[in-house]
Amino acid sequence: MRLYEKTASELSEMLKNKECSAVELCNDVLARINETENTIGAYVTVAEDSAKENAQKIDKLIASGESLHPLAGIPIGIKDNISTKGIRTTCSSKMLENYVPPFDAAVINKINDAGMTVLGKMNMDEFAMGSSTETSYMHLTRNPHNTECVPGGSSGGSAAAIASGEAILTLGSDTGGSIRQPAALCGVVGMKPTYGSVSRYGLVAFASSLDQIGPLGKSVKDVAMLQSLICGHDRYDATSKNIEYPDYAAALKENAKGLKIGIPKEYFGEGIDSQVKESVMNAVKELESQGAVIKEISLPSTEYAINTYYIIASAEASSNLARFDGVKYGYRTAEYDGLVDMYEKTRSEGFGDEVKRRIMLGTFVLSSGYFDAYYKKAKRVQNKISQEFSEAFKECDIIATPTVPASAFKIGENIGDPIKMYYNDVCTVTVNIAGLPAISLPCGKDSLGMPMGLQLIGDKFNEQAILNTAYTYEKICGGFDVLSKAL
Amino acid sequence: MKDYEIVVGLEVHAELNTDSKIFCDCKNAFGLEVNTQVCPICMGMPGTLPTLNEKVVEYAIKMGHALNCTINTLCRQDRKNYFYPDLPKAYQISQADIPLCENGSLEFMVDGKMKTVGITRIHIEEDAGKLLHDESFAGSLVDLNRCGVPLIEIVSEPDIRSSSEAKAYLETIKSILQYIGISDCKMQEGSIRCDVNVSVMEKGSSKFGTRSEMKNVNSFSAAVRGIEYEAKRQIELLEKGEKVVQETRRWDDSKGMSFPMRSKEDAQDYRYFPEPDLLTISVDEKMVKELKESLPELPNAKIKRYVNDFGLSQIDATLIAEDMEKSLLFDKCNLLNICKPKNISNWILSDISKYINETGKLISETNLTSEKLCALVEKIEKGVISNSAGKTVFDEIMKNGGEVENIIESKGLAQNSDTDFIENLVKEVFENNEKSINDYKNGKTNALGYLVGQCMKASKGKANPGIVKDIVTKMLEK
Repeated sequence: MRLYEKTASELSEMLKNKECSAVELCNDVLARINETENTIGAYVTVAEDSAKENAQKIDKLIASGESLHPLAGIPIGIKDNISTKGIRTTCSSKMLENYVPPFDAAVINKINDAGMTVLGKMNMDEFAMGSSTETSYMHLTRNPHNTECVPGGSSGGSAAAIASGEAILTLGSDTGGSIRQPAALCGVVGMKPTYGSVSRYGLVAFASSLDQIGPLGKSVKDVAMLQSLICGHDRYDATSKNIEYPDYAAALKENAKGLKIGIPKEYFGEGIDSQVKESVMNAVKELESQGAVIKEISLPSTEYAINTYYIIASAEASSNLARFDGVKYGYRTAEYDGLVDMYEKTRSEGFGDEVKRRIMLGTFVLSSGYFDAYYKKAKRVQNKISQEFSEAFKECDIIATPTVPASAFKIGENIGDPIKMYYNDVCTVTVNIAGLPAISLPCGKDSLGMPMGLQLIGDKFNEQAILNTAYTYEKICGGFDVLSKAL
Repeated sequence: MKDYEIVVGLEVHAELNTDSKIFCDCKNAFGLEVNTQVCPICMGMPGTLPTLNEKVVEYAIKMGHALNCTINTLCRQDRKNYFYPDLPKAYQISQADIPLCENGSLEFMVDGKMKTVGITRIHIEEDAGKLLHDESFAGSLVDLNRCGVPLIEIVSEPDIRSSSEAKAYLETIKSILQYIGISDCKMQEGSIRCDVNVSVMEKGSSKFGTRSEMKNVNSFSAAVRGIEYEAKRQIELLEKGEKVVQETRRWDDSKGMSFPMRSKEDAQDYRYFPEPDLLTISVDEKMVKELKESLPELPNAKIKRYVNDFGLSQIDATLIAEDMEKSLLFDKCNLLNICKPKNISNWILSDISKYINETGKLISETNLTSEKLCALVEKIEKGVISNSAGKTVFDEIMKNGGEVENIIESKGLAQNSDTDFIENLVKEVFENNEKSINDYKNGKTNALGYLVGQCMKASKGKANPGIVKDIVTKMLEK
């Protein structure tokens, strides 16, 4: 068995027991990247030199008997919208193709302090706008389980790298499902933490009130370990919550007995593939057989979630992306006649269609005369959706739903139909709208052999509950078979 | 021509003198090398986030109290979106529908009368950078040092009715900012700027005319010129039977004219929405109260005290109170309780003001102290030196320092008030000036002045002029 096939928690033990070195581990994953990257296209940038340098440094520290963080020396891939000092951070956009941040994101500081080996930057939909990684300006990313299919998005590179063994752990970001949806389509574990639990400082903003960085990995424990590392209050993010955060990995335990699982009927309706419904309900039944109590619940405002999401997210995006104007950094058009012409050409040429579509939508909903009818109304629906979840969590401990309506679609299948693409997020956006934590787990494969995802949603700052349930389910399954056999 | 009334509303932007900027740890400082007081946050680099400097909220609340505003203990910050190269995020974090302070008022003196102007709101926001243009390079460069410097915007109701009222309003605002110590108020550094809204209406009308908004008004005197120009322009339009257009205009002070910038139709849509990167501002009621109690005595209260307790005229009281340094000196002198407040006030408003205006120094930068001023005034009050000798002592203090007593002695400025000495002096002068005595007796009263002058001359200026005059008069009447 190669090192890249192992989980972070296994590798952590091996490094500690000197069964392998950080350099061997780093080299094995780099070798795996060499083997499959031409097919998969998970990376925008591979930072081979700095990765090897870090691995050597960690080996020296291990040799000197230094006590290290459990994730020291574990190779990690970073979504390319998280700022890395000295490594270009493109957001998979022509606009930032050559942009090298002068500072590290708060999560990168933590990852560096822990001694993790940063392998490079993962492909994504441009500025995290998309559900297939097809809007990337860089290149396509393919689903390791079937390279004709998309890996999902926007954190498509982060999910595909886990499923192909091109990284042991990755970081993604999730604004409307961008960690969970690709995790589901690639058959890996991915968690979107509670809004405010992970600092957004250094995450290139898409929709500030919805964005959250989160972990992807092969196992629940791996995801819990990475979440324990990256969470915590940050004085440079005013929306980060100043509370005590547990060590999720250390506190992992099976919790099915007496667990009240809510099943919201709105998430199992029309438009959800019957195989997906069945596999999610099978997973729930497995938990029931271990002592969980199943409750049918209702979240009636779910049907407005997609509209609400696209109004709020696009409004914020239109403002967040205004700074890409050709003045200070990033792309500037070659020829222009005056300031306004420079702005127009730079932004017309630098952004792709999907980004422009959302900037236009967002600009429209914030315009005078339309603000009340769209943005303000959407904020009211947001409150309603949050309240419905709060009510639901009085009756149940966690909520189980499908992550995505169906398994991965074919490359090119939806790219011409934005509305169809947007409906891929129908099960995930509500979680961002309400600021809740949710995890996606593999719950079997469909008739085409493609992974399907189970989503567990928790109450605010109760990551531990969903991680414990996920851990219970993982045990029931005898572990997740994450790596693609197709490669 | 009909009789018109001018209607003015002012938006004053004042830079706050906090140590650091409003949303990052960068130093809030003026005049340093371009693009050195910057960090990824105030340069709006991708992924950076703002965090609010709480001092800014405190400072703004102080101003809110000083202008009798309601303080909104829960308020938001909003994004004002527009593209310009000096605004690196392409939005300014400001406050839209819920400002920190609102519904206040300001009372001030103008042309001897009290005037009250309503304060619509005070909100906090960040300043933008500066574009640099120069012959030595093509295009424009941008200096981002000023990005994120904290500002308060003070918006008045359209209660101002003349350019002199506008000037008095602005000067009062400036002096309050200085008194509470929240702004450096350096006009030449642009730490106070204002936008001026002007309209005109027929006298007696209650319906306001169409207004124009003038930007780029960088001094109080420019505001006066701008208002007068703009009112004249609008009146001329109306008299010709034309209409005033609602528009934004740019004031060009060197040309003394305003020029159209954009019409109402082209007005920018700033697409305000709540800033998602910052939490709702929630101010503790206790802090609001403490800030109110911490305010120093403000100019209006000082004016009342100077008039009621010290018998100064309203005008003199205002002139001293609106200048923090002068009022500080005045208050200190009165605490010493050595001489008459009116005499101190006269010195402050004449010789001291003249010296300050000529040298451009602050009083605190000179050799003058309250002790020295009181010692000087006391010597004059007691007749030890004459008024003109007092000026000599004052000049010497300002020039070389030293103690009043020593200067009088070393320069031999003390005057002689001995009546026997003066009587002898007068007798001597009378003996040599019989013609003048006869003139006086024949009704030419100005002969008195001449005789007093001769006595002073004979004493080499040392005789007490008051006593000389008394004795000359007495002896003439004999």
